[in-house]
Amino acid sequence: MTHVPDIAPGRLAPEDYAKSFDDMAPPLNGRQAVIEASRCYFCYDAPCVDACPTGIDIPGFIRKIGTGNLKGSAVTILEQNIMGGMCARVCPTEILCEGSCVRNTAESKPVAIGALQRHATDWLFERDIQPFARQPASGRRVAVVGAGPAGLSCAHRLAQLGHEVTVFEAQEKAGGLNEYGLAAYKTPGGFAQREVDFILSIGGITVETGRQLGRDLFLEELRRDYDAVFLGLGHNAVNALGVEGEELSGVMNAVDFIAGLRQAGSLATVPVGRKVVVIGGGNTAIDAATQARLLGAEDVTLVYRRGPEAMSATLAEQEWAQTNGVRIKHWAMPRRLLGWQGAVKEVEFEYTRLDEAGRLAGTGETFTILADQVFKAIGQRFVPSPLTANALETLELVDGRIAVNEERETSVPGVYAGGDCTAGIDLTVSAVQHGKLAAHAIDARLRAVAAAA
Amino acid sequence: MADISSTFAGIRSPNPFWLASAPPTDKEVNVVRALKAGWGGVVWKTLGEGDPVVNVSSRYGAVSYNGTRIAGFNNIELITDRPLDVNLREIKSVKKQFPDRAIVVSLMVPCNEESWKTILAAVEDTEADGIELNFGCPHGMSERGMGSAVGQVPEYVEMVTRWCKQYSRMPVIVKLTPNITNILGPARAAVAGGADAVSLINTIQSIVSVDLDLMAPTPTVDGQGTHGGYCGPAVKPIAMRMVGDIARDRTCAGIPISGIGGVSTWRDAAEFMALGAGTVQVCTAAMHHGFRIVEDMIDGLSNWMDAKGYATLDDFRGLAVPNYVSWENLNLNYKIVARIDQDLCIKCGKCHIGCEDTSHQAIAHMKGADGLRRYEVIDDECVGCNLCMLACPVDGCITMQRMDVNQPKLTWKEHPNNPMRQKVPAEAAE
Repeated sequence: MTHVPDIAPGRLAPEDYAKSFDDMAPPLNGRQAVIEASRCYFCYDAPCVDACPTGIDIPGFIRKIGTGNLKGSAVTILEQNIMGGMCARVCPTEILCEGSCVRNTAESKPVAIGALQRHATDWLFERDIQPFARQPASGRRVAVVGAGPAGLSCAHRLAQLGHEVTVFEAQEKAGGLNEYGLAAYKTPGGFAQREVDFILSIGGITVETGRQLGRDLFLEELRRDYDAVFLGLGHNAVNALGVEGEELSGVMNAVDFIAGLRQAGSLATVPVGRKVVVIGGGNTAIDAATQARLLGAEDVTLVYRRGPEAMSATLAEQEWAQTNGVRIKHWAMPRRLLGWQGAVKEVEFEYTRLDEAGRLAGTGETFTILADQVFKAIGQRFVPSPLTANALETLELVDGRIAVNEERETSVPGVYAGGDCTAGIDLTVSAVQHGKLAAHAIDARLRAVAAAA
Repeated sequence: MADISSTFAGIRSPNPFWLASAPPTDKEVNVVRALKAGWGGVVWKTLGEGDPVVNVSSRYGAVSYNGTRIAGFNNIELITDRPLDVNLREIKSVKKQFPDRAIVVSLMVPCNEESWKTILAAVEDTEADGIELNFGCPHGMSERGMGSAVGQVPEYVEMVTRWCKQYSRMPVIVKLTPNITNILGPARAAVAGGADAVSLINTIQSIVSVDLDLMAPTPTVDGQGTHGGYCGPAVKPIAMRMVGDIARDRTCAGIPISGIGGVSTWRDAAEFMALGAGTVQVCTAAMHHGFRIVEDMIDGLSNWMDAKGYATLDDFRGLAVPNYVSWENLNLNYKIVARIDQDLCIKCGKCHIGCEDTSHQAIAHMKGADGLRRYEVIDDECVGCNLCMLACPVDGCITMQRMDVNQPKLTWKEHPNNPMRQKVPAEAAE
């Protein structure tokens, strides 16, 4: 018996790609937005605001939609969260703002806060309005490493406060995971770059792409040449499965599959297996599995070692994948990948359960799933080595990520950090908040220095 | 099954739901559709004398509230713009086709005896069940000395009513304008003139909105607007107050009342009737939703009456009138305070912020370290104003609990703070 791995591009008719990857949640029209806005009770001490990592005045922006003050609404959002447009699309609202909406209690149906936020921010973007002005120039310069949500948020707020910012980005484009790491149907129409353009349009921000920390630039140089440094490095490594057969062809990181898909000039050029197995339980696993289906994969199975509640992808994300034909198998972990002539052919899993002590354990029973292609999505990591090489000081780490205090300052004075390279929940919205907080801390530091001088 | 048939000022109809004199009752085609849909009667859109009036294009405006269309409605139309003989012929035809329904004809002619005498004879010939004198139209006609220009002068109301009674065998319903300080003036004048009934309210003079681009009131006619007549759900409270005033007025002596103003549902109708109305007239709701709404009005009123044990309309008509009193008769010893059902509370905080910002600082906002909120009434500060209960989005979450016990009723009339107070007998004896 021979096995010819079936991994091929162009599984769909050319005209079907656009439809397949269309907006997963079509925007509200004006009338729908007003009706939905009228459902907001305009709570006092609204729980949704507490639940938003960036603290957007949600009742405030929704009320403005209701009165037709869409510019005011968008500004209310963006002044707390400059990536309010992207967050409206990708935030797991069911566990954040919408999850805490008081309408859940009596009606089990929250106000569609995310959709309303998108309505207001889209309105502003469609009109190319720049609502923010920079404060008078401070004469101070700040280096930001990483043009993802944390770095861009920090850069925007610093620019707004009057500082000059240089953003260094290892990739060819700014945007971080918004550009490289999210499913295409979450941000169609080139929105990620449009948002980057909007953020940069305030002025005072220079982006240098293709510049990687530890290779093209070094922390001690940045500390010497700039008045402060912000590190928004993100994850820079993917966890390995650590099982036999991982090196077989057809086995790849889900993040690389997604990045390739997002950067492809035409989706019809992206190869995908006929039978695909995705291992992992986060949003990356969901995004990879769903997009594999949308590219025309025949069978896509997502396997996760615990139950649905333990997945870091929300229930809504899981349902989205299932609706698109992804089969999700819980309680199984990979034992080995079997190949034929160097290419992966099937994956052997062992059933899992929790033992008496509540620890995950294999049951000893196994099953196999045929696979032309296997995506690994069991988590990403931050590897600090680029920082420490040639660095004068060593940054303190906590659980393998950069340690920061409440003001987002690291153990090295004048160096701040945020986003996925620091501890906390790995969400765009959290990264934006980190960048914003760091910008204010940096601003306070620079002004204090100026006052003392 | 309750009997909802109505006899109003001698006019019989199978139910108390009439269509008011307005666009829905301007033509035979509309009226036939309405009567087939089940309406108990119609008041034909107002007839005038001489050459027909001319209407403008762009005639209606509306207030939309929080996404709800036509919470209030406004028009700048005049009376019928069709020839008198056409209307009379159609009225006669409709009455023949629907002998069991109330066909009432609205009239508005200049304020002289001859004009009224002439038109009354013509209307009588249609075999219509009655006439309604349009003393309410607040725009266009009033500037020509008709409509509310008559309705605002009680002497004119009485005079014209008397002519109509003199020259017609038909029941006379006098339609009253709300654009007046005290509705009892024209209402008593109608009674004095011999009216068989009154109907109210006609529309309220209004500017329903201003177009901020055109900088003109709406509806705009070639860039300009005029005040119109306001009606629809928003005016119901104003109408009910005026209906209640007439129902409890001794001089008006129980004159039959046809309630008009924002009636959209059977519940609205029941409220008007509880305040003394014998029938209700509907316009805006029909214009918004079509004639079919009468099905639920009939069905809903009947089911509600069954549930309450009312066999006929007369069983509950006016029951709220004795409880509609002047402020000075209210019991000042009655005390209530708000109670929040913590199990139903959704933590929206609307009770707190309304009370804290604008009322009596009687609802405390507490927040635990876990972020859980709790709102509690401070009994000593609560004056029992109801604001929190009204603002609370959850039915039954905030209720008002009676706190006074064994206190005799005390009204302002006897209150010690009232310099004009009536001496209670014991005090008088001293």
